[in-house]
Amino acid sequence: MKKEKTMKLTLPEEELMHSGNLACQGCGATLAMRYALKALGQKTALCIPACCWSVIDGPFPYSTLDVPIFHCAFETAASSASGVKAGLEMVGDTETTVVAWGGDGGTFDIGIQALSGAAERDDDILYICYDNEAYMNTGIQRSSATPYGAWTTTTPVKHFKNRPKKDIDAIMAAHRIPYIATASIGYPEDVFKKVKKAKEIKGTRFLHIYAPCPTGWKSRPEDSIKLARMVVQNAIFPLYEIVNGETYTLSIKLSQKKPIADYLRLQGRFRHLKESDIQFMQDEVDRRWQSLLKKCGP
Amino acid sequence: MKKVIMGNHSLSFGAKLARAQVIAAYPITPQTQVVELLSEMCADGSLKAKFIKVESEHSAMAACLGASLAGARTYTATSSQGLTLMHELLHWASGGRLPVVMGNINRSMAPGWSIWADQNDSLSQRDTGWIQFYCSSNQEVLDTVIQAFRVSEQALIPSMVILDAFALSHTYEVVDIPEQSQVDEYLPPFKPPLRLTPEEPHAFGGLTSPDHYFELRYKLQKEMEKVPDLIEKTGREFEKMFGRYLGLVEDYRCDDAELVLVTSGTAGYTARVAVDDLRAEGIKAGNLRMKVFRPFPFSKVREILKGAKKIAVVDRNISYGCHGIFFQEVKSALYGQGNACPLFGFIAGLGGRDITPSTFKEIARYALSKDKPEAEIVWIGVKL
Repeated sequence: MKKEKTMKLTLPEEELMHSGNLACQGCGATLAMRYALKALGQKTALCIPACCWSVIDGPFPYSTLDVPIFHCAFETAASSASGVKAGLEMVGDTETTVVAWGGDGGTFDIGIQALSGAAERDDDILYICYDNEAYMNTGIQRSSATPYGAWTTTTPVKHFKNRPKKDIDAIMAAHRIPYIATASIGYPEDVFKKVKKAKEIKGTRFLHIYAPCPTGWKSRPEDSIKLARMVVQNAIFPLYEIVNGETYTLSIKLSQKKPIADYLRLQGRFRHLKESDIQFMQDEVDRRWQSLLKKCGP
Repeated sequence: MKKVIMGNHSLSFGAKLARAQVIAAYPITPQTQVVELLSEMCADGSLKAKFIKVESEHSAMAACLGASLAGARTYTATSSQGLTLMHELLHWASGGRLPVVMGNINRSMAPGWSIWADQNDSLSQRDTGWIQFYCSSNQEVLDTVIQAFRVSEQALIPSMVILDAFALSHTYEVVDIPEQSQVDEYLPPFKPPLRLTPEEPHAFGGLTSPDHYFELRYKLQKEMEKVPDLIEKTGREFEKMFGRYLGLVEDYRCDDAELVLVTSGTAGYTARVAVDDLRAEGIKAGNLRMKVFRPFPFSKVREILKGAKKIAVVDRNISYGCHGIFFQEVKSALYGQGNACPLFGFIAGLGGRDITPSTFKEIARYALSKDKPEAEIVWIGVKL
């Protein structure tokens, strides 16, 4: 007699990403790709600028992915994707989803001009930023996605980052593109659902996926999922969608918002912070959370 | 069909006749008419292409690379600051073996702001692995765009078709615009051996260890070395079909010349007038016009210059701390070839200062009156 399954898979079993890649242990960026590809399927073309993923995929002649990849210049994820989309259409392929897949440095900093250009034109591309909050591939230097208070190799403890994380989602919303969403690898079903939804929309879609980096955050690899859940539950990185730059919807409501201190404590990059620093950061999170709730409405 | 058109429109008509499929471009003086006309052609459907109106030249080239990798014939045009902003991606194009064709209007580099002609913008892209064609007439611009696609797509090396700011870009000349059907016969559709497609998922341009990188560059150079023959072959085929030969260099009355003026760009045609005038005075002058700069046409240059008694290379560009760039290259091509005649390096016309027949006559008189140059660089027309 066939045994009934007691556990049900919530994501498709098919893998387009394979083992044998070059990721660090506990890498959030790797899980982001794995979940995203499950939603995207085989008819996908990736443009990957300089970022951890240009290494993770494996050196020539290897590739850990079952979809084609254009490894493109650092600041060109969006513009390369616009070109690929136009090129594919001109040779008769109107079905392939063209995805720009960049880290936070390639998105928030050096690639923001090309991203803004593509979004303003509403080019038919899906831009996915996996955010590990610093230049991890080059050895943990601060980016404009690095949060307030964090240590990096260019924001040493004596002068930790004293500016807040750039609000890339608000910047993208100002472009009035059809779809924007935040996601976290701590919520795989939510990542899957949002990528799937984005795939079906025409125009520029922007997904911002929170992806812990144990190497850069000085956290334990086994805490990556935990951190990726805590960051949502304490509202440092709330999950929401923005349609047409205007309609905000919370993806995960918080009946009881957790304090940020427990989350900070699990990461060496915040170890130097004093009580007063943490309180300052908590106030900022609270303020921004209230502001988001207002945007989302009742 | 003959039409009176500006040099910039020659670039546009060339791209249209070549049936460019994706165009990504950003406006810059003096290139704007190229993209304006292409925008109109795309809008009225006379050119079936996607025109991506990007926010910078850097994105223009990035989009071209993406489109080319996807298998589409791809075109752009720029100038000066725009070209140098693309610099990183020019390496990407040749390294990725993506046969993009680009028009470049030679305009001086700032500061100070200058919109007028010199060649430092394109010549400072010398080592990026692009084929470089320097044109001297609007007809040559149009014809060369079509030929460039043919050459680039066969060699899988990108091409730059170059013309002088205003002296050609905004100058109207009679141009014979070929029939589309004939161009289609000359230039078959682009079918790259590999392209970005989910049907065959390759990773292009990924991390390449010292074990592989070296050979990729070796292969690029080996292919580049075949390009001179390819240009001559496709140039002869062009001649058969359209009656105009497109070669590596142009030799004007060099046969018995004692003094050969080596030139490029619009100054190349101006030099012909000076050569005729000098000949009328009894001076045996000739003109070697450099059409192709990369790959460097070594054998043609050596062959034409082998009988010269004196050579005067006229550069509208400079490599600071060294010489004019054509001068260096010609000199290095002649080294060890047996002709040890005096070689004069002149610099003229930077920042769009006019180069006229009198400029060449002044150059000729200098070269004829001296046994050898008095300085590494002879400056023409400096006002101090």
